[in-house]
Amino acid sequence: MKKNLTAEQSGNGKVAFWRDPDKRALFFQFMALLIVGGVSYYLFANTQANLARQSIATGFGFLQKEASFEIAESIIPYSAADTYARALLVGALNTIKVAFVGIILTTILGTIIGIARLSTNWLISELAAGFIEVMQNIPVLLQLFFWYALFYEAFPSPRQALHPFAGIFICNRGLIFAIPQAHAAYPAMGIALLAVVIGGWFLNKWSHKRLDLTGKMFPAFRVTLAAAILLPLLVWLAFGAPTAMNMPQLRGFNFSGGLTVSPEFTALLMGLVLYTSAFVAEIVRAGIQSIGRGQIEAAMAIGLRPGRVLQLVVLPQALRVIVPPLTSQMLNLTKNSTLAVAIGYADFVAVTNTTINQTGQAIEGVALIMVVYLFFSLSTSLFMNWYNKRTALVER
Amino acid sequence: MTTSPADQTSLEQVAPIVEIRAMHKWYGDFHVLSDINLTVQSGERIVICGPSGSGKSTLIRCINRLEEHQRGQIIVNGIELTKDIKNIEKIRTEVGMVFQHFNLFPHLTILENLTLGPIWVRKTPRKEAEEIALQYLDKVHIAEQARKYPGQLSGGQQQRVAIARSLCMNPKLMLFDEPTSALDPEMIKEVLDVMIDLAKEGMTMIVVTHEMGFAKSVADRVMFMDYGEIVEQNKPQEFFDNPQHERTKLFLSQIL
Amino acid sequence: MTTQAPSKRAYLKPPVTEVGVLGWLRSNLFNTWYNSLLTIFVIALLAWLLPPLIRWGFIDSLWNSSAEACRETDGACWSVIPNNIRFIIFGFFPSGQEWRPTLAMVLLIGMVIYSRDRSRWKRSLLVLWAINLVVMGVLMHGGIFGMPSVDTAQWSGLPLTLMLSFFGMVAAYPFGVLLALGRRSDLPAIKTLCVIYIEMIRGVPLISLLFMSSVMFPLFLPEGVTIDKVLRAQIAIILFTAAYIAEVVRGGLQAIPKGQYEAADSLGLNYRQSMRLIILPQALKIVIPPTVGILLSAFKDTSLVVIIALYDVLKTTKVALSNPLWTGYSTEAYIFLALLYFVFCYAMSSYSRKLEKELHTEH
Repeated sequence: MKKNLTAEQSGNGKVAFWRDPDKRALFFQFMALLIVGGVSYYLFANTQANLARQSIATGFGFLQKEASFEIAESIIPYSAADTYARALLVGALNTIKVAFVGIILTTILGTIIGIARLSTNWLISELAAGFIEVMQNIPVLLQLFFWYALFYEAFPSPRQALHPFAGIFICNRGLIFAIPQAHAAYPAMGIALLAVVIGGWFLNKWSHKRLDLTGKMFPAFRVTLAAAILLPLLVWLAFGAPTAMNMPQLRGFNFSGGLTVSPEFTALLMGLVLYTSAFVAEIVRAGIQSIGRGQIEAAMAIGLRPGRVLQLVVLPQALRVIVPPLTSQMLNLTKNSTLAVAIGYADFVAVTNTTINQTGQAIEGVALIMVVYLFFSLSTSLFMNWYNKRTALVER
Repeated sequence: MTTSPADQTSLEQVAPIVEIRAMHKWYGDFHVLSDINLTVQSGERIVICGPSGSGKSTLIRCINRLEEHQRGQIIVNGIELTKDIKNIEKIRTEVGMVFQHFNLFPHLTILENLTLGPIWVRKTPRKEAEEIALQYLDKVHIAEQARKYPGQLSGGQQQRVAIARSLCMNPKLMLFDEPTSALDPEMIKEVLDVMIDLAKEGMTMIVVTHEMGFAKSVADRVMFMDYGEIVEQNKPQEFFDNPQHERTKLFLSQIL
Repeated sequence: MTTQAPSKRAYLKPPVTEVGVLGWLRSNLFNTWYNSLLTIFVIALLAWLLPPLIRWGFIDSLWNSSAEACRETDGACWSVIPNNIRFIIFGFFPSGQEWRPTLAMVLLIGMVIYSRDRSRWKRSLLVLWAINLVVMGVLMHGGIFGMPSVDTAQWSGLPLTLMLSFFGMVAAYPFGVLLALGRRSDLPAIKTLCVIYIEMIRGVPLISLLFMSSVMFPLFLPEGVTIDKVLRAQIAIILFTAAYIAEVVRGGLQAIPKGQYEAADSLGLNYRQSMRLIILPQALKIVIPPTVGILLSAFKDTSLVVIIALYDVLKTTKVALSNPLWTGYSTEAYIFLALLYFVFCYAMSSYSRKLEKELHTEH
């Protein structure tokens, strides 16, 4: 041991480089970057050569050209004479439409099923469990095909449309609803509702402040709820209580008037909502179960009423567990909405796909898809980080 | 290659197993260890005490490079600790460590915990490694638990396994980082007994502990650390009966 | 605390309402007034829904008839399945050779079932797997032992689905673990590369990767070099799944206490040894449930290859349904497929539950 002392002794600067972690680290990182850079360059060079050979112009210039294809449903006015850019915008809006409605319905349905799973009623709880098992274990694409096929094969043509209630028709062209005839009263009612919501927010702040200062409670939520029902109703009455409806009418082979929800949209929405709500139900169940019995007992021991226990102790803790995975399910729903392309709903991916096929701009098209969905994902994770930070438990 | 001063002065004598010279360490701006000088001879038993946050754990964790020092020298078993990976691995092979929270590997049986180091680091054949492991388990009085998992053992038993795990590597030096702090009172004695046996066999030990009884009966030297400095060190008799510094007196009055 | 000796106490039977069928009904279905209401409502709903469904599916249904006979009935035409089963399962695999993919699938499923038992997880099992995979490859591809050669373009139906899923999972898992280790690495360049890869892939839908593999990838290759379409989709699935595995494994790595790393270090283990022997065995065990979740999604997601026109079992079903004879019976065919997927997925998830339990009780 004594002998090799000098041999082992070495100053900080004189370590052979494969034994020096700093230099080793630099070496590995350099190699990694070199490999990634090399492969990227190789692919890039090949792509350049291929594009040149096939004389495909790169860049996003094609966006300004005429799209010359029709899109079946659109929120904004669109015709085949519009540009590719506008067609893509139509697709993006359709994606947002299905995602928005889907997220709301999924949250509601998922919560109901999650709570049902915990019900003391054996029948309810088992039915919920069965629903979750079945929905989770069947590919969502197959579910979409199923609902879409059901629409086309099980429902009759418009002439024999099902007519379960006045004002609703179900046929293989979609769901057709009667909607109120346009009238100045309806926008006014909307404004009234918005005003109530804003007013309610301030009322809530004020009541909290008053509670802090004086200890007196003010039922801000109930007052707001009442106002939200009464104020629009008053506005409606003030406008003379219009009741005219825009009824769907069978004209030839199709309906006119009313509001038509296309089979593609309905099938996509049903598939996404049923599939995702099974996952949401599991999240809700786990969130509620994560709260120890002790928490509820402690809250009741202070003398809080059940409603307050829920509001002040259970929900804040359960939401902390529920919200992060819930957000990622919502993101999954949005990403799964790209399956629209398989049943012909004109979402962003479907429109981009058509664009790629027409123009051959594959790289730009795929890049657009990736950028748009990365934007959704990154904004979702920003929200999640903000939420996690806000609700993080302070622990040592 | 430079030769160290230690080399030139003490060629005939037995070289110290640990030599720390003017060592400093910072966590960011915080000066955890300041101008540490310490020489430990082979066979010596040193107890380090001091209030929490005084840097005593950090000091012994520097000796097997679980923590990196920024200034000064640490020479263990004749090898200076630099960033050289091979030297660090060599030193860790020769230095055993026992942690406050045992740190047994929960996914391995007791026997596997003990043979892991010998097999993978010392390249001992499995059969031989198991024989040695069983001997050490016998020594810490839990040979019958060899096939169990750590989670099935009490804290005191786990800590004795941890000691045996270090011994299996046949170390030249053992570091103990508050080995009894996480134990229930009735289990402390069984661990201390094992440590006392070890001391009697002449193992070199550096022990961070609050067990002053252990310090009195076993230590060759007791060190008191505060605010990252070695405030005072002495033979146990002197240290406890006649502390020199105010801070030492205050500390002793609080814990005794 | 009662001072009375238990033997002196009179044992009373619980009230009838607490035990037996009645008691069960009472405590599980009618314990509160709203539960009773719910129960009655649900039973009424089922009574309204189930009979027509049963009538459609079982009573008025035809199980093995011609397409013409199906036109006459109001019930389900399950006949669509037996009449098209060869194409649904084997797709374009040459007729007369169906025994080859069948045998390959039997081998694969048999091996999976054989590997369920953890006491068999030894090196010899890996060898057995390797041998079996070679045999399966030979069976599928042919060209020797007098079996006619079958081009991969003709591999379709259920064998293709199983192949894409199996290799997708098997290759994505180690790659995902490497990515997770990279993301936890101290080396900033490697960490950054891994983070970018993982977040990019997780941020985009699988479809965009499949599009990439089908329309963009050919542009990446030098002139004259082509990679098989199936293989390209397979690579896309692997790259996609690996990013999700990486995130799950990272969670497991983070859950391992620092003391474990320190104990491994203090024994003198190097990075590779401490990862292989100490950290990964624990980390991967913790994340078994979410990992199975990811693998299940990967299995279900293989159905997306329909969109880039690969003939997996969903696509062959659609093709069979496009035959004018059988158009209109999609519901029946899709229910059959759903059942098929359900069996596979359910088997996987219940195995994961069993494994989790076993590992949990181990220490």
